[in-house]
Amino acid sequence: MEYLIGIQGPDFVLVAADNVAASSIIQMKHDYDKMFKLSEKILLLCVGEAGDTVQFAEYIQKNVQLYKMRNGYELSPSAAANFTRKNLADYLRSRTPYHVNLLLAGYDDADGPGLFYMDYLSSLAKAPFAAHGYGLNKRFILNLHSFNVRLIDKDGIHDMEKLTVGAK
Amino acid sequence: MALEDICNFKDKPTHKTFPFYASEDTSVSVFTEAFNFKWRGEMTSKKASDVPLEFHVPSLFKRPSSRASHSVSVRRPFPLSHGTTTLGFIFQGGVIAAADTRASAGGLVACPAVHKITPIHSHLVVTSSGSGADCMLWERILTREIRLYQLRHKRRLSISGTAKLLSLMLHPFKGTDVCVALTLCGWDKLIYVCSDGARLQGDIFSVGSGSPYAYGVLDRSLSWSLNKEEAILLAREAVFRATHRDAYSGNNVDLFHVTAEGWRQRQREDLKEEYYRDMEKRGKKMDN
Repeated sequence: MEYLIGIQGPDFVLVAADNVAASSIIQMKHDYDKMFKLSEKILLLCVGEAGDTVQFAEYIQKNVQLYKMRNGYELSPSAAANFTRKNLADYLRSRTPYHVNLLLAGYDDADGPGLFYMDYLSSLAKAPFAAHGYGLNKRFILNLHSFNVRLIDKDGIHDMEKLTVGAK
Repeated sequence: MALEDICNFKDKPTHKTFPFYASEDTSVSVFTEAFNFKWRGEMTSKKASDVPLEFHVPSLFKRPSSRASHSVSVRRPFPLSHGTTTLGFIFQGGVIAAADTRASAGGLVACPAVHKITPIHSHLVVTSSGSGADCMLWERILTREIRLYQLRHKRRLSISGTAKLLSLMLHPFKGTDVCVALTLCGWDKLIYVCSDGARLQGDIFSVGSGSPYAYGVLDRSLSWSLNKEEAILLAREAVFRATHRDAYSGNNVDLFHVTAEGWRQRQREDLKEEYYRDMEKRGKKMDN
């Protein structure tokens, strides 16, 4: 069970993701990073089916970077979110849909901070706070131990202290 | 395989394209139309032979759909083998890769002396689990592609690159019955690649039905500062404990040690001896 959370503040977005890469009931990695850097001020957090997450997220990441190379300026967070949603939607009714749940967090120099919630059915919502999964601690049968935390503001992406919860 | 490509050798096989199932009518190949892989712009594998072994890197999204609509439901003559214990870990002296040697098909031990660890080149060894046939094939395909890369670019592909290449080659088969979980063991890196699409780099991996038991032993005693003998003993112990409890793992243990100088293989050891030694030790302890 994976967990993503994002909170939008007045001039920043704070995001966190758990660190587990699992294969059925076995934890294969406990320090896995689920955040993909799309550009200097945009992060894509991605959970879902094993291969789909990395393939889809890397595809979006490379396309956003390509846009910058071709046009000389970066995609805004809102444009990147809509581009991602469009791709999810296009593949949804194809024979190869992508089962991924996403949070896109970014800072636009013109519009300020933005947090976008997307799910595998290609819904898109701009929200002040959003999450995927159950982040319960002590109440859940499977407690997640550690989380990567990052902050995005006008100066870019900052790594925050890793969050560890509860006893190991 | 690689030499054939370089020489443009046109081989006309007598039977149809692979992959096909043993019990399937070979005049109907499930996968012929669905996959057409080519290295774009490169002179590669011949098109003349019916074997579609050219690989096309990221046109990621040409998966063969709902496998139900495409494939005829094929009755297998026997259940495919899946049980295994393989493990790999990094320590100060390099990388240890260990595996059992039992191939099971349902409840039958199909073969007690299988090689689950295969060298790809002098500094890369791969441990396999999942379906035995699939693993053997994909290891061979990987070796071929790595060799071709080396011949074309005059340098070896890095381990991360190899893992990514394998992951991309397996992607079109996601959702089909291909079941492959390989751990690429380089001399400083360990990468787990599976047919589901997962590609993970880490310090310790154990794969297969016996992996929980192996993890139990490894997680307790593994540390970076082990010396070579201790690391080998630990790996052997982990495989032994896994084979003891898991019905689908057993027989012997293979051990490879990979360093910057290359891989070295330890002689295959029969775990029956290890079991008797262990029993004796316990017997002595009980008596005391």
